[in-house]
Amino acid sequence: MKELSNSVAIVGVDESDEMGTLPHVSQLSLHLQAIHNAVTDAGLKVSDIDGIFTAGQHSPALLGEALGITPRYVDGTTVGGCSFIMMVGHAVAALHHGLCDVAVISHGESGRSGTGVTRNRDTSLSGQFEMPYGFGGAPTYFGMITNRHMYEYGTTLENWADVAVSTRAWAGLNPKAKFRDPITVQDVLDSPPLFYPFNLLNICLVTDAGGAVVLTRADRAKDCAKKPVYVRGAGEGTEHTLVTNMTDIPHSKATALSGNKAFEMAGVTHSDFDHIMLYDAFTSGPPMMLESLGFCKPGEGVTFFEDGKSTPGGTLPINTNGGGLSYTHSGMYGIFPIIEAVRQQRGECGDRQVPGAKLSLVNGMGGMLSAAGTIVLSHER
Amino acid sequence: METELQRPLPTPMTPEAMPYWDGLREGKLMLPKCGDCDTPFFFPRIICPHCHSRNIGWMQASGKGTLYSFQIAYRALNPHFKIPPPYVLAMVELEEGPRIMSNLINIEADPAVVKIGMAVEVVYEKQTDEVTIPLFQPAS
Repeated sequence: MKELSNSVAIVGVDESDEMGTLPHVSQLSLHLQAIHNAVTDAGLKVSDIDGIFTAGQHSPALLGEALGITPRYVDGTTVGGCSFIMMVGHAVAALHHGLCDVAVISHGESGRSGTGVTRNRDTSLSGQFEMPYGFGGAPTYFGMITNRHMYEYGTTLENWADVAVSTRAWAGLNPKAKFRDPITVQDVLDSPPLFYPFNLLNICLVTDAGGAVVLTRADRAKDCAKKPVYVRGAGEGTEHTLVTNMTDIPHSKATALSGNKAFEMAGVTHSDFDHIMLYDAFTSGPPMMLESLGFCKPGEGVTFFEDGKSTPGGTLPINTNGGGLSYTHSGMYGIFPIIEAVRQQRGECGDRQVPGAKLSLVNGMGGMLSAAGTIVLSHER
Repeated sequence: METELQRPLPTPMTPEAMPYWDGLREGKLMLPKCGDCDTPFFFPRIICPHCHSRNIGWMQASGKGTLYSFQIAYRALNPHFKIPPPYVLAMVELEEGPRIMSNLINIEADPAVVKIGMAVEVVYEKQTDEVTIPLFQPAS
């Protein structure tokens, strides 16, 4: 993939018209709003799209039908919330080889209201071996990995609370964020206990939201409306679906694999990044992702969130949109950190703009660190 | 009259897992084990995840293990799970190697009491004439 580095650019990004609690908007409409908005952001037309990439309940064929277009390339990889991040790499390959010319990656999920939704989650293993014991839903699994991290490395509830506090501080600067009032470590510790080690403020929002990303080859990107943001690297991996089969808890093999591939393709190393987006369904996720990506030794990921390092004005800004914890989280969050990284690279983030941001990392998980996608983005080639 | 079920029954029960469920009904914890590399694994499947052999047999596990990790549930996510919270969601590492999910019972559901690494042993709990599930308690 190294020769494909910088060959493709992200030229359009946007969310659905609204995000939050939207019982009046179907899941399909969230997709279509986001696609229309992102294509407009790119200065393109819906009829320019000839590649559709989407994860979740609605197939790319359904989106093509709804848009009234006949895509010549589709991808429906569905391995959890990171699928959209993986699809950036898939789109790079498809565009590079001329399998399509304008690719859209689309997410729409009525995660809170369930409007226009049919529930069809695969529970063929969890239904047999986990649900009889009261498991069901991410908060009853991710805490297993988190508690093991606390046992192995002595990390604390205060460490995870630091992540919530830092992320909320960013949300305060993002007009689109759902929760914007500042919180303290004590607020997190005092919030209602749900699934130890998680209190309410350790867990992401549940919203209705859509998001879309438009990509094209670098030569064509120059003719689009906004400054191109180049895909310098992309990588992916999967390890397991059942947490019991995650080999080296809390180390994520999938995350490490995706990061190594993305960094190698981009020709960059950890210290090159000045902006980081990590999938924060839970406060413990980002520190563990930094560890698995090799930013630090195991157990030391929490230090990135201490002493204001990751917060506005800090030395390494992390989750500048306010994250799944405070901005929005529809269920499969992975499209949103891509959108934020592109906006940071364009320099259009207003109060939360990371000054001079040149290299963004986007890493996300699917399931319980079961799958992972990593991309490296820059406005410089 | 049947008593109301307190837990969702395992669904779907797959053909390749029937020796596991048959064993539980007889008070045995059975694990699939590769006939070529001799490694037990979980969940039951028709190929060995270690050496990829299709020569799969079964072994009886000791029922002993350690608490690999846990959570305390202060509320239920599944309306069919009717045991009142708080209760302990447990990941048990069996003596034979594989990890399975279960509940830790006969202990106070308090993170100050439940400790990762503690020795645990299996307890069988009958749900219906067909279904018995493995729970765990602190080892005696």
